Amino acid sequence: MPNRFQEVFQEGLQHRNFIIGGTITSAFFLIALMSYVWTPHSIEDINIAVKFAKPSGDFWLGTDHFGRDIFSMLVVGARNSVIVAFVAIGIGAGLGVPLGLVAAAQRGWTDELIMRVNDFTFAFPALISAIMITAILGPGAVNSIIAIGIFNIPVFARIARGSALGIWEREFILAAKSAGKGQVRISLEHILPNILSILIVQATIQFALGILAEAGLSYLGLGTQPPAPSWGKMLKEAQTLIHMAPQLAIYPGLAIAMTVLGLNLFGDGLRDILDPKLRRSR
Amino acid sequence: MSLLEIENLSVSLPTPKGMLELISNVSFSMEAGARLGIVGESGCGKSLTALAMMGLLPDKAAARGAIRLNGENLLELDEKMMRSIRGNRIAMIFQEPMSALNPVKTIGSQISEGLKIHLGLNKTDAENKTKKLLDSVGLPLNRFPLNLHPHQLSGGQRQRVLIAIAVACEPDILIADEPTTALDVTVQEIILELINEITENSGMGLIMISHDLGVIAQTTEKVLVMYAGNAVESGSTEDVFQHMAHPYTHGLFAAMPKSGTRNYEARQRLYSIPGQVPEAHARPKGCNFAGRCFKATAECAVEEPVLKPLNGKHKVSCFHPLTEGNPQ
Amino acid sequence: MAITLLVATVVVFLVLEILPGDPASFMLGMEAQEDTLSALRAQMGLDQPALVRYFKWVLGLLSGDLGISYTYDVPVSELIIERIFVSLPLAILAIVLSTVIAIPLGVIAASRHNKSSDLIIMGFSQLGIAIPNFWFAMLLTIVFAVMLRWLPAGGFAGWDAGFFPALTSLLLPTVSLALPQSAILARVTRSAVLEVIQEDYIRTARAKGVSRGSALWNHALRNAMIPVVTIMGLQFSFLLAGTIIIENVFYLPGIGRLIFQAISQRDLIVVKDLVILLSAAVIIINFIVDVLYAVIDPRLRGSGHA
Repeated sequence: MPNRFQEVFQEGLQHRNFIIGGTITSAFFLIALMSYVWTPHSIEDINIAVKFAKPSGDFWLGTDHFGRDIFSMLVVGARNSVIVAFVAIGIGAGLGVPLGLVAAAQRGWTDELIMRVNDFTFAFPALISAIMITAILGPGAVNSIIAIGIFNIPVFARIARGSALGIWEREFILAAKSAGKGQVRISLEHILPNILSILIVQATIQFALGILAEAGLSYLGLGTQPPAPSWGKMLKEAQTLIHMAPQLAIYPGLAIAMTVLGLNLFGDGLRDILDPKLRRSR
Repeated sequence: MSLLEIENLSVSLPTPKGMLELISNVSFSMEAGARLGIVGESGCGKSLTALAMMGLLPDKAAARGAIRLNGENLLELDEKMMRSIRGNRIAMIFQEPMSALNPVKTIGSQISEGLKIHLGLNKTDAENKTKKLLDSVGLPLNRFPLNLHPHQLSGGQRQRVLIAIAVACEPDILIADEPTTALDVTVQEIILELINEITENSGMGLIMISHDLGVIAQTTEKVLVMYAGNAVESGSTEDVFQHMAHPYTHGLFAAMPKSGTRNYEARQRLYSIPGQVPEAHARPKGCNFAGRCFKATAECAVEEPVLKPLNGKHKVSCFHPLTEGNPQ
Repeated sequence: MAITLLVATVVVFLVLEILPGDPASFMLGMEAQEDTLSALRAQMGLDQPALVRYFKWVLGLLSGDLGISYTYDVPVSELIIERIFVSLPLAILAIVLSTVIAIPLGVIAASRHNKSSDLIIMGFSQLGIAIPNFWFAMLLTIVFAVMLRWLPAGGFAGWDAGFFPALTSLLLPTVSLALPQSAILARVTRSAVLEVIQEDYIRTARAKGVSRGSALWNHALRNAMIPVVTIMGLQFSFLLAGTIIIENVFYLPGIGRLIFQAISQRDLIVVKDLVILLSAAVIIINFIVDVLYAVIDPRLRGSGHA
């Protein structure tokens, strides 16, 4: 729908949140993409001679205790965050949305069962479960993706079900029903397109939460493993050096905070544009 | 000097299309203890006029003209002064008894709140007065203790509580904005009687706002007919009802069921004025009612009529007033 | 409630059954002899069928016997009680602090809707949501422990060392935990209050001569508390998760650190017990939230007067 896209984009230009958030988010994605082709230094360049270097023309943000270029590590770390959060959303939405749609279409005991299981997973402290999952499967990027993805499932299931229930009450669904369409076809052809904007907004928010969760797991040593850099792990390393080189703790955290802020603002702006009804209640 | 004088009151509200004037140059006055009705379809500015008198217009609303209470222009008062008038000298009963009471507070505390603010009563005195008030609105204490919450009452009982709140400090003027519209038919009559009784007994002035001519006839001596933000006819209730002069007033009457039936469905099958009240941003030049009026001529679409005396205190703003009650 | 907990015990037990890594070989090291290993397994009860072990565990939980820790070789209940005096005060302080900060800010933002103070408060709230609590904890450490040297960078003085030293060591962790909580809570409070001040009963209150501020604090706030309390309940499980990280940042010997260590040391009995304990805590909090609903809103009370 290019026209709808254009419409959203044009209206977006009038929303402060959308512009700021969109700019930060695009910058973040561009930097993550850029890391595939170019980084100022290789992140495997260990050079103790230049350890704890001050920011300079050569090392834009200085170097860490191994003499690695911090800027380059941040750039590769951005890529790492994008992949983890993206795949985790894929898992969450890929399983959660169908579950929510089925619950809304079937109602009755199917709905009841899906939502009960949902509530149960919800009530479980997510990070504790993520720690358990990574402990079972072993620490690592893939396993932290799975852990975060599993906890996206109930979020998407709940929001898909909630908004789908409203759509099922509309007249055009009745029309589709009387045209003899089955639940699956109605769900795919009529329900899904109508709840898509809500799902997209939720996805931006989950993206931000995914980045925070990945950082948390890596910080605990359960996420991305060395030598691949990740923002959480950089913070973990910085913490042991906090008395010697407190500046190392600044940049990765700033990167996380900026990205999450950008995504949240972008999500808020998107919600304002896509769903004017929600505007007032916020 | 009358108790209340409203002079050229205009109220504008901000909208996405800019400031819109929703009330234009409305004037009327009222003596102490008088009973005035304001009648008109919904959206004609009745409630907004009441909110202007209470100083409770939305934040960005702009009001011009004057609302004088004992000669003091309320529009010029600051919020603190206005607060001492609100609920004390002018009080109001709202339309929706179901939502107008705070669900988490007891009815006792909601009634006594005004007593504490305006009369400075202490807890015990306020409680005693509250008990008397509840009794006077027909909620005897043995069945309706002060610690009841609104959800434990019926719609009619809640409206009684709201009346008790409004009359607690014995205001000079009680504004009742469609006080019976949201109630069961069987309860409407009783509530109107209660309002009549309370205001008459204590000499309170009453401003009854309603779209229902029956309610106006039952409770008022004078009436102001409003249409699309203008006062189109005013006079004693008797004069206006017997010798209606504005085609819009006539339309309202024609739309009213005879023999006092209040059955809403029966009323719907009756005559209704063609068309709708023009929205504020689409108000035509000339007379606002011209588009729906069976007497309209070319002149009506060009020039705006003003409220002029027709016969003594009976005024009308129409180039072609219906002489005597019957338009035929 | 009881059913949810029962389900939780089954899930936790099953999950840990498939957990690779044999606690016995973990304890004795790689070079352990097979007969010493099986002797230890028998001693730990690991040679029994899963179903038997499950029922022994659950019956133990019910009677207050949480088993013996594999690595510490002390009753798990002792371990937990020792740690809970760190984690519980931390969680309570964080909840209290975040509420005390968030609710007034949310109400102020709502009352100055779209004015500069609203925008500033909401800006800070966006920032608070975006900042990871462990990074905020590190920043606080840099400022107050490394640069100013006012507070310890980590560790717990212990309640034996006196009330204030112990409280001081909980200060930075509390603030780090409370920040994101209060950012979210302020948002929820603001939108709840904005919604409530549109209600008819607020106009009724104003028509009585109640001031704007009094209408906000005395009439609107209590009605707005329902969504706020809901979010506070949900936040509790985030808070528990937060304590795991924050206790690691500040080297606090609390429940969060215990569960983290127990997982990495394959001290399965401790893991199982702690997860059940935390689930029970979440369930209890949900119950408290339900009770609070009834306190706030008389319509939700079981029996009325009339």
